[in-house]
Amino acid sequence: MIAAMGLPTPQMELRPKADDREGRWLEVAMGPHHPSTHGVFRMDVALDGERIVKLKPVFGYLHRNHEKLAEGMSYLASIPYTDRLDYFCSLTNNWAYALSVEKLAGLRVPERAEYIRVITAELTRLQNHACLAGFLLQDMGASGTPLMYAFREREKILDLFEALTGARMMCNYMRFGGCRCDLPEGWLAQAKQVVTEMPRFIDEFENLLATNEILLARTQGIGAVTAELAVNAGITGPMLRAAGVNYDLRKVDRYGIYDRFQFKIPLGAHGDTYDRYFVRMLEMRESVKILEQALATIPDGPIMDPKSKLRGFRPKPGEAYGRIEAPKGELGFYLISDGGPNPCRYRIRPPSFINLTVLEDLCLGHTVADTVAILGSVDIVLGEVDR
Amino acid sequence: MVTLEQLKARLEAAVPGATLEIITNDSPSTQCSLLVNRERALTVARFLRDDAELKLDYCSNVTGVDWPAAELAEKIKVKKLVDGVEREVEEVKKTQRPAYLEVVYHLYSMEKKHGPVILRLRTEDRGEKNHLPSFTPVWRSCEFQEREIFDLFGIVFDGHPDLRRILMWDGFKDFPMRKDYVEPDDYEYEPTPHDEVLAKAQKHQLSEAHT
Repeated sequence: MIAAMGLPTPQMELRPKADDREGRWLEVAMGPHHPSTHGVFRMDVALDGERIVKLKPVFGYLHRNHEKLAEGMSYLASIPYTDRLDYFCSLTNNWAYALSVEKLAGLRVPERAEYIRVITAELTRLQNHACLAGFLLQDMGASGTPLMYAFREREKILDLFEALTGARMMCNYMRFGGCRCDLPEGWLAQAKQVVTEMPRFIDEFENLLATNEILLARTQGIGAVTAELAVNAGITGPMLRAAGVNYDLRKVDRYGIYDRFQFKIPLGAHGDTYDRYFVRMLEMRESVKILEQALATIPDGPIMDPKSKLRGFRPKPGEAYGRIEAPKGELGFYLISDGGPNPCRYRIRPPSFINLTVLEDLCLGHTVADTVAILGSVDIVLGEVDR
Repeated sequence: MVTLEQLKARLEAAVPGATLEIITNDSPSTQCSLLVNRERALTVARFLRDDAELKLDYCSNVTGVDWPAAELAEKIKVKKLVDGVEREVEEVKKTQRPAYLEVVYHLYSMEKKHGPVILRLRTEDRGEKNHLPSFTPVWRSCEFQEREIFDLFGIVFDGHPDLRRILMWDGFKDFPMRKDYVEPDDYEYEPTPHDEVLAKAQKHQLSEAHT
């Protein structure tokens, strides 16, 4: 029509073709708006028949430059923003940030606050892994049941978070030098109740799924990653341990008070989608163990370091990198202070972003339907990937 | 784990031509870092990864930092003769910091379970000479993080297999994480071919109306 008006055709830049194998390869954009991408995320896929020959992840749909925002506000004001990174696990995000600021300023956390941190972090891990299993099964077509089972348990944990912090997901709870408020009355009893009931749910889930024929066929041998590649590509969290690398920051760094608890690190052998799923189920059992020990031994006492100054906080010039084992992997914060009230540089090391580095390697040669399962087992949250 | 001084001595012996400088950190975290020269950085990185004792097989975190030119004021105590008596007087010493972009690598060892060893690389300036060697051939985990730094800081990593913008869109011009970045008045505005065509069509209609 434009040509008919005597106007030049618009100078649209054509996207370069994936390859000169024009006609043999089909280019498909998976996403950005598709339930299986767990958010606003796109994979540009080239298909030969039904097999994937090329896959390029495309990010940035949820980018708001959190790091730049944090450079313009005080150290305290960034804490609510960290909730929005991995919005399933706001409490571990808070902890990673608080830990880095504590390293930067040399603050010491009181014992009770350390216990509260461990308890909330492990509850976060439980609900994250439960949800992940639910979403993964939902992606593979197990419509409804596993996801609803997982959400039923998550609901109980979110109730605990709501009683403690006032919010179910955007908790904004931890502060550098401790925690914002003490446990409300009866919270420990309620938490114990939830933790005691949790193994029953995990058993139920395993009875339902662990030997399910379709699940095995869809996940075993699909999207395998070798230990060497996983280490070199900086994969962390359950995805790394599914490949058989024993690296859990709770054991390596022993941050907080994790050295006081007895627990094991479950390892996979094949690094495939099934191992990634099953390592998480085993990790949930270990989290329950940690929670039982922590809830039984939590002491009374203050919850804030008296030296901590939340308002007008100006750490000395210097830098610190603090990291914790978040449910998705190593979550780190790198802070550079120039002595001012705002951080001079504030960097987040997002686990789900870096875990996507090998997505193409995992998916090559598999089908589109497998890609959905593989992406589900990587466990990404786009709030953290795009920041 | 060796101390940073020992590591520096070992690296200087193993990699000829490498000039290293220890950047101190006065904060309680005491995480000091090593500034490596650009020319030999890749060899240093390979050595750190492959050395049997160090085995830094895991590059955890890659950070870009923007340092515009600045005047740094430092208070130092100087002994001076004041009215014939020697006294300690506080003086402000001013130094000029040149403008440069910096990349910080946090290295750990998954095998030996030690770390971090912190490497820093600096560009010559913030303008045209913003090239640094890419560590992606050594550690794959740098791939997306270096792309992000290229995107947000405008550091060009030579030897990166796929250096494109990653978080901002391809047509974006500026580098948002730089300290002197000026935000646009309207974030939503994005020129599309449609706008140009529309403007031309309106111009065409106007000229038709006049004739």
